Amino acid sequence: MGRFIYRRLIHGLIVILGVTVIVFVVTRMVGDPVQVMLPLESTPEQRAAFEKKLGLDRPIPIQFMEFMGNMARLDFGDSLWQKRPAMEIVFEKLPMTILLTVVGIGFACVLAIPLGIIAALRPGGMVDRVTVFGSLLGLSVPQFWLGLLFIVVFAVQFKILPTSGAGTPSHILLPALTMGLPTLARLVMLVRSSMIDELNRQYVKTSFAKGLPFVRVVGLHALRNAGLPIMTLVGWEVIRSLAGYSVVVETVFAWPGIGLTAIQAIEREDLILIQAIVFTAAVCVVVINIAMDFIYKLIDPRLKLT
Amino acid sequence: MNTSPKAPLLEVRDLVVNFYTRGGVVQASRGVSFQVDYGQTLGIVGESGSGKSVAVQAVMGLIFNPGRIEGGDIFFKGRSLLDPAGKKRVRQVRGKEIAMIFQDPMTSLNPVFTIGTQITEVLRHHLGMTKDQAKKRAMDLLDMVDINAPEKRLKQYPHEMSGGMRQRVMIAMALACEPQLIIADEPTTALDVTIQAQILELLTDLQQRLNVSVILITHDLGVVAQLCHRVAVMYAGRIVEVGDADPVFAAPVHPYTRGLIRATPRLDAVTDRMVSIDGVPPDLISPPKGCAFFPRCDQAGKACSRMQALIALGDDRHVSCWCAAKEVTR
Amino acid sequence: MTPPRTDTLEQALAENRFEWWDSVCELGRELKRDKPGLIGVILITCLVLMAVFAPYIAPHDPAAQDLTARLAPPVWYDKGTWDHMLGTDHLGRDVLSRAIHGARVSLWVGAAVVLCAGGFGVVMGLMAGYLGGRTDAFIMRWIDTQVAFPGLLLALIILAVIGPSLTTVVVVLALNGWMVYGRMTRSAVLSIRQSPYVEAAEVVGCRWPRILFRHILPNLTSPLLTLGILEFARIVLAEAALSFLGLGIQPPATSWGLDVAMGKNYMFMAWWLVTIPGCAIAVTVLAINLVASWLRLISDPQEREKQFARHMAKGMRKNMQAENDKERQPETS
Repeated sequence: MGRFIYRRLIHGLIVILGVTVIVFVVTRMVGDPVQVMLPLESTPEQRAAFEKKLGLDRPIPIQFMEFMGNMARLDFGDSLWQKRPAMEIVFEKLPMTILLTVVGIGFACVLAIPLGIIAALRPGGMVDRVTVFGSLLGLSVPQFWLGLLFIVVFAVQFKILPTSGAGTPSHILLPALTMGLPTLARLVMLVRSSMIDELNRQYVKTSFAKGLPFVRVVGLHALRNAGLPIMTLVGWEVIRSLAGYSVVVETVFAWPGIGLTAIQAIEREDLILIQAIVFTAAVCVVVINIAMDFIYKLIDPRLKLT
Repeated sequence: MNTSPKAPLLEVRDLVVNFYTRGGVVQASRGVSFQVDYGQTLGIVGESGSGKSVAVQAVMGLIFNPGRIEGGDIFFKGRSLLDPAGKKRVRQVRGKEIAMIFQDPMTSLNPVFTIGTQITEVLRHHLGMTKDQAKKRAMDLLDMVDINAPEKRLKQYPHEMSGGMRQRVMIAMALACEPQLIIADEPTTALDVTIQAQILELLTDLQQRLNVSVILITHDLGVVAQLCHRVAVMYAGRIVEVGDADPVFAAPVHPYTRGLIRATPRLDAVTDRMVSIDGVPPDLISPPKGCAFFPRCDQAGKACSRMQALIALGDDRHVSCWCAAKEVTR
Repeated sequence: MTPPRTDTLEQALAENRFEWWDSVCELGRELKRDKPGLIGVILITCLVLMAVFAPYIAPHDPAAQDLTARLAPPVWYDKGTWDHMLGTDHLGRDVLSRAIHGARVSLWVGAAVVLCAGGFGVVMGLMAGYLGGRTDAFIMRWIDTQVAFPGLLLALIILAVIGPSLTTVVVVLALNGWMVYGRMTRSAVLSIRQSPYVEAAEVVGCRWPRILFRHILPNLTSPLLTLGILEFARIVLAEAALSFLGLGIQPPATSWGLDVAMGKNYMFMAWWLVTIPGCAIAVTVLAINLVASWLRLISDPQEREKQFARHMAKGMRKNMQAENDKERQPETS
């Protein structure tokens, strides 16, 4: 167990290191940060002062060491765009993205599990075919377009929900729905296929032979065995959303989360904020990955953590 | 429950079960009839695919898609389990009055629940026990099937136990509600030979102590001869010979039964080589119209290819063979 | 398993052709049975034809602006004309022509990314699985690490710094998606390597590139094909999303995602600007997904068996119902 945690932490560190190095290389070596960040008409003196402020006048290896040091202290410096510590902005925006993710994926789970089970009970039946086709459709519709469609229908035509922004609880409905639908589609397919597999297992026959009620056999015995792949996918969806896939939804609905901030930072070429965001995203991914391993162990006692 | 004293514990009448596959309709059970009396042990023998398991799974209501029960009736304590009200009765009866032990203990237990959970859930569901009562009873049950340190075992998962141990757990689970009928579907096939003997011994011991009826499905004739009061021999979805165990083994009438007995290695007879029955069982997608054993039978006559015989020999013994008829009339 | 090797070239060719034709016929027959799969195949064929012959099909140049005919509605509106069947955008460009030309970008990016990522992933997977040892450990570590990257964010940054274009989009998406192929190939190679015929080839003294490409790779085609098609669908969506965010295809080129982004500002007065390219994406991806799920179905014999059983049981239920009704009729009348 201790060895397992140790190994996962090491791997997590490698991931975070790799990501930050890539960001460092891409931003310092490919482009000239000063040219990118300062307006065209700035004087050479201004440029030099700016370079000095960012430490860009020193050789690259030293810059890199300093960058690593900053990372370890969780201090990337002030955002060029908002003129305040980049991590402060990240910590302000991250909860919004987490909220959106939890609501969106939570909604997907709540709907997908019963739907998938019902479809799996009668494969090839009416419910099953409608579900499968519906999820194929859900997988095929681009998320940004779905968001726009929702805005037109619910916010403009019926005027029952706000178009964009955050604030009241009703603001989260459309973004969360948009966020959740593709997840719902993927999840329904997976719940369905793993439940079909599990219901054909011998232990299901045993459970029926024991006289257990149908709901208990399907909803407890089979579902818990199907839980591993389902949890894997849910974990993946959370990771994806925190690792940047929320960008699309947040842009469409102007949801003030980390994704929108990232795209704004990219547009404004705020390298410091970008670094802080990517670093945070990498940390989120690593943390969730480790958490998922423990959840697996809880679901399936046969797994050995190595 | 209102039970007439005359009705047998379980009666299966002309059971027809079909499986719908891409290759065609597999007629797994083509009119199977048998009965089990109180406290009696019935052995059902036959080779793989002869429909033994299908017949008993139908009793438990465990025929799922693509299989369907398409004819016949099943009576438990004189009441049908297949009529509309019977479907509900099956659910109340199974696990409580009829319990089943499956072939493969490795896959029959749910891998993600502890042994304790899996035993106590039966008790709590059927007998409405509290958690503590159920746990106490579960420990008694494990003790009954000779599992030591039951308290510790209850907290273990199936993958932490050996095959023989798991089969003992399955038996404990079957005994949980003190059923009147236990169906054991090849309970020892997946186990080591030494463990097989132990499990069978345990089953006989429990059967005598608790006076339950048992249906034992096996292809081991030796086991049947040892343990069973009655024996039914199945071939190609039909029962070809049924009767009390001793007379059947002493004087088998159906050529298939004879072949089976001859093919069983014996300790008391010196033989040079194993005897086998030539040929293969018929395809159950398009089974022969007459006697299914006809192509492999060395005594077959003209009538055999046309019609299935069913002849009562007295003493509750039935054989489906025209040759037997000849012998009787002679 | 591979077919037994034949002695002469002619024989081998003849046999191969026979098998090839046979499997095409078999596929056709399977398609007839599976309506959604058939629809998917037809749709994809139409899309590919549309993309290839776009300049001949499209009624207008997709980039030609006509400021006198801005935001013209589709033909079924009062103000619509047959000249611009699906209306025009804010610069007076023909929506239908742009949608037709957009198929080119989507399919091209999809195909290029799947080929690049698939090629790289398969080579890495083959190496990891076949060479084993340190190479395997290194490649698998690499894959594990890269899978845990916040891929889309990195892609956005790289695109922003290097400058978005068709090529960079392809490269970035390929770099982001090769790991799936690598993992799958490796696990397949590991299992195939154990088989006697590969061991035999090794004993005979085949060198490893030959064993890999002649003996192992052919066994991977069917699972790789399914994966490639699924990835294709994903890439089409990803390209659209990137273009929508302004970090993918750049104007004056056309892309469905780009068109949606531009139409977004006129969404409330000209719904067709957003709807038509959006539908184009959805239909394309749906068609690909239909084909992929059909392929997965026919490559899994167990699944086919179950499907059939369900079908039969349903027929039986219907028959029983009919019989029951027949029996009941005399009673009621």
